[in-house]
Amino acid sequence: MNTGIPIQYFLILATIMFFTGIYGFLTRRNLITILMSTELILNSVNINFMAFNRYLFPHKLDGMFFSLFIIAVAAAEAAVAISIIINIYRRFTTINVEDVDEMKY
Amino acid sequence: MTANQIMFILFSVMIVTFSILTVTSRKILRAAVYLLFVLVSTSGLYFMLNYQFLAAIQLTLYAGGIVVLIIFSILLTSHISQKFESIEWKKSFFTALAVIGGAIVTIVTILDHRFAASKQAAAEVNMRFIGKSLLWTGFEGYALPFEVISVLLIAAMVAAIVIAKKSGPSGSDSQTLKK
Amino acid sequence: MINFSYSIWLLLIPLMMFFILGLAGHKLGPRLSGLLGTSGLAIITMLSFIIAYSYFFGTPKNGEGFKAIIAYNITWLQLIDNLHIDIGVLLDPISVMMLIVVSTVSFMVHIYSLGYMKGERGYERFFAFLSLFTFSMLGLVVAPNIFQMYIFWELVGISSYLLIGFYYQKPSAVAASKKAFIVTRFADLGFLIGILILSFYTKTFDFITLTDPSGPAIAKTGGATFMGLSVITWSMIFVYMGGVGKSAMFPFHIWLPDAMEGPTPVSALIHAATMVVAGVYLVARLFPVYVMASPQALHIIAYVGAFSSLFAAVIACTQTDIKRVLAYSTMSQIGYMMLALGVSGYGGHNGLGFMASMFHLFTHAMFKALLFLGAGAIIHAVHSNFMTDMGGLRKYLPITHITFLIACLSIAGVPLFAGFFSKDEILAAAFEHNKFLFAVEYAVAGLTAFYMFRLYFSIFWGKETQYHHTPHEAPLTMTIPLIILALGAALTGFIPFNKLVTSDGLPFESHLDWGVAVPSVIIGLLGITVAWAMYSKSSNLPDRVASAFRLGYKWAYNKFYMDELYLFITKKIIFRYISEPVAWFDRHIVDGTMNAIATVTQVTSFRIRKFQSGQIQQYAFVYISGVIFLVILLVYIWR
Repeated sequence: MNTGIPIQYFLILATIMFFTGIYGFLTRRNLITILMSTELILNSVNINFMAFNRYLFPHKLDGMFFSLFIIAVAAAEAAVAISIIINIYRRFTTINVEDVDEMKY
Repeated sequence: MTANQIMFILFSVMIVTFSILTVTSRKILRAAVYLLFVLVSTSGLYFMLNYQFLAAIQLTLYAGGIVVLIIFSILLTSHISQKFESIEWKKSFFTALAVIGGAIVTIVTILDHRFAASKQAAAEVNMRFIGKSLLWTGFEGYALPFEVISVLLIAAMVAAIVIAKKSGPSGSDSQTLKK
Repeated sequence: MINFSYSIWLLLIPLMMFFILGLAGHKLGPRLSGLLGTSGLAIITMLSFIIAYSYFFGTPKNGEGFKAIIAYNITWLQLIDNLHIDIGVLLDPISVMMLIVVSTVSFMVHIYSLGYMKGERGYERFFAFLSLFTFSMLGLVVAPNIFQMYIFWELVGISSYLLIGFYYQKPSAVAASKKAFIVTRFADLGFLIGILILSFYTKTFDFITLTDPSGPAIAKTGGATFMGLSVITWSMIFVYMGGVGKSAMFPFHIWLPDAMEGPTPVSALIHAATMVVAGVYLVARLFPVYVMASPQALHIIAYVGAFSSLFAAVIACTQTDIKRVLAYSTMSQIGYMMLALGVSGYGGHNGLGFMASMFHLFTHAMFKALLFLGAGAIIHAVHSNFMTDMGGLRKYLPITHITFLIACLSIAGVPLFAGFFSKDEILAAAFEHNKFLFAVEYAVAGLTAFYMFRLYFSIFWGKETQYHHTPHEAPLTMTIPLIILALGAALTGFIPFNKLVTSDGLPFESHLDWGVAVPSVIIGLLGITVAWAMYSKSSNLPDRVASAFRLGYKWAYNKFYMDELYLFITKKIIFRYISEPVAWFDRHIVDGTMNAIATVTQVTSFRIRKFQSGQIQQYAFVYISGVIFLVILLVYIWR
């Protein structure tokens, strides 16, 4: 398919998004923002899948199905993560990840 | 410059900008909204690549479902007006260093690699075909992953309920059991 | 041929008894357990007598003498095709004779213990151990191969250990049991080495094959040699070492006197009549090998036996603990048996020593068990072990007195008592073989008579001692065995051993050698007279004699300082120069290494535990930078 855009552009875009997500994952203190960073990471992976599927194997739909499943997994993960976050909030009355450090030496 | 290229530039600029804003914004609700913009832009990319079904899923599930879920939990756990204190520069500097380094390595790798574009005709992506594939047990069928995902979703739902259920130190678990 | 396969019950019944009494004894209660153990022994005794009767008189002989019969055999360990270890029952004249000895004495001791141990803590345990001992000893006696013998040999050692340490709350008993076990263990090491050498060169464990004159042990003597002696001789010397330990010969005798810490019936059964003669039995069992393949080993046996008998007799003259006197007397008498074996030849009249040894073993079991049981009755009445606390007991303990006197007469070799016949045969055998050893044994005969009657007179005559309460005769359960054994001690001398138990199974003619017998009787009577003069009345004569031979008396009283010598060797030499460096090495090098590892681990852990901060983002940061670093390293730098 000729969109006039090289595949590398998609991949570079996904890379930037991915590492932005990692940056947020590593620097954010609020658990919910950490969760949002995770969503960014997953999304960038999805873009990769789609780009590969469209450019390299246009006659198949494997990439699309995997993206579909990743979205489903992301939804499940978000649900569980949020329930954990709420539980943590109840126990520690905070969702600051630096204050939740009981599992240390 | 074709329309495709213009759209791609538009979407990618939006994605990059809002991604960065998502992870740096000091107001949590705004961060959530920026995330929503990122996800919407991504679905735009999918439309561009001719995957309408996935783009719709992205919009409904991600932009509609997950972001709303996140906003709910924000409302449950934080004050909206609350601003985060800024991150200490040492932490952000070293993290940014590592992240930029990683990004450079990846981008160099991508640019280094020659992708052989396929010459084959693109498959038609219609709803009938997707529905058949998802329930198809034969070659290129996805019945098994589909079932696994369903079980996973059930498990996640049960887990979410069990974890989030009120269980104080007074041991209300045992009380529910008695009922 | 009579089928003897029922003889396996000899082993099964006491084993069963051991398990029943050992596991369920406290449920059964003391009375029932005692009766159960004793009735089991009654069955065994009956069986032994039936076996003995049908073996000696029921089998047709056809002029071939007594043959060894494998009554029961199962292959237990198949090592290689022709080397296997069996468990079974072997019947031949000496094992049948030993069956009689073991079961009779054990039965008597069981009956006696019913009364003697009454009211003791651990009554059921005592009977369980007695059953275990009986099982082990019978298994040892009927062993058809040397390995089974070794196994039961160790079992006997274990039961001896358990029974010596029966009063496990008494430190001296615990020490004595440990001493007995360790010393015999040491000797058994020699036994095991001997077995290994023997089986390596002969490729068999089987006694019948080993003692066959055309068998591998005897026929192949010309084989390998080491330091001038053939390997068979070396192995037989090592095997004899085990016998030395078990039979308390010099220099492994030190455990026997201490073993008297055990209950008196145990001393009678194990340390007088049965277990301690296991060494003699072992030599007798392998006698053809000793005689034909390793005469040098036989010489060693003769001299060790003679020296031990003299050594022990001298010590026995000075001891005051009556059980210790009897213990040294036992050692001395076993020395006699060893000497008799050592001077014996094979076949016909040459085998006189062998026959005499077995004969003496038999009679000695009777009168020594009687002496110990009598001593037990005396201790029971007086509550003391020391003859200085006794005197004039003949009025209070009439039955014990008479039976004790019979036993003393028997061991002193007074004519018509059992000891006279067997001792005379030994002296005759020694006379024919070696005049020097014969002279030593004459001296020992006199000493024996002296110390036995010293014991007798100072217990039953001598000064009238005031007792806290009037001593009374022991109950019936204790006096009946005394009477039965007294009959044995008086009459077993008339059993024609030369027709029954001989070195080659053939009967031969032997009769009293008056040239030997008359002087020995005179010497014995002399000893008795001296003892009578010194001890029958309260006088200061013994003290005067003791002070006249002050140095010798002191040495003998302290058992020639053998214990001190052992202690010196172990404490001052082995501990100081071997154990302590080893212990130092263990403590500083081995432990030190371990401690160093532990310390290093601990210190390192304390240093690095800050990494485990609990901050998830820190972990994630390390992880991601690690991944990036690895990608750079593996993809770009090190491809």
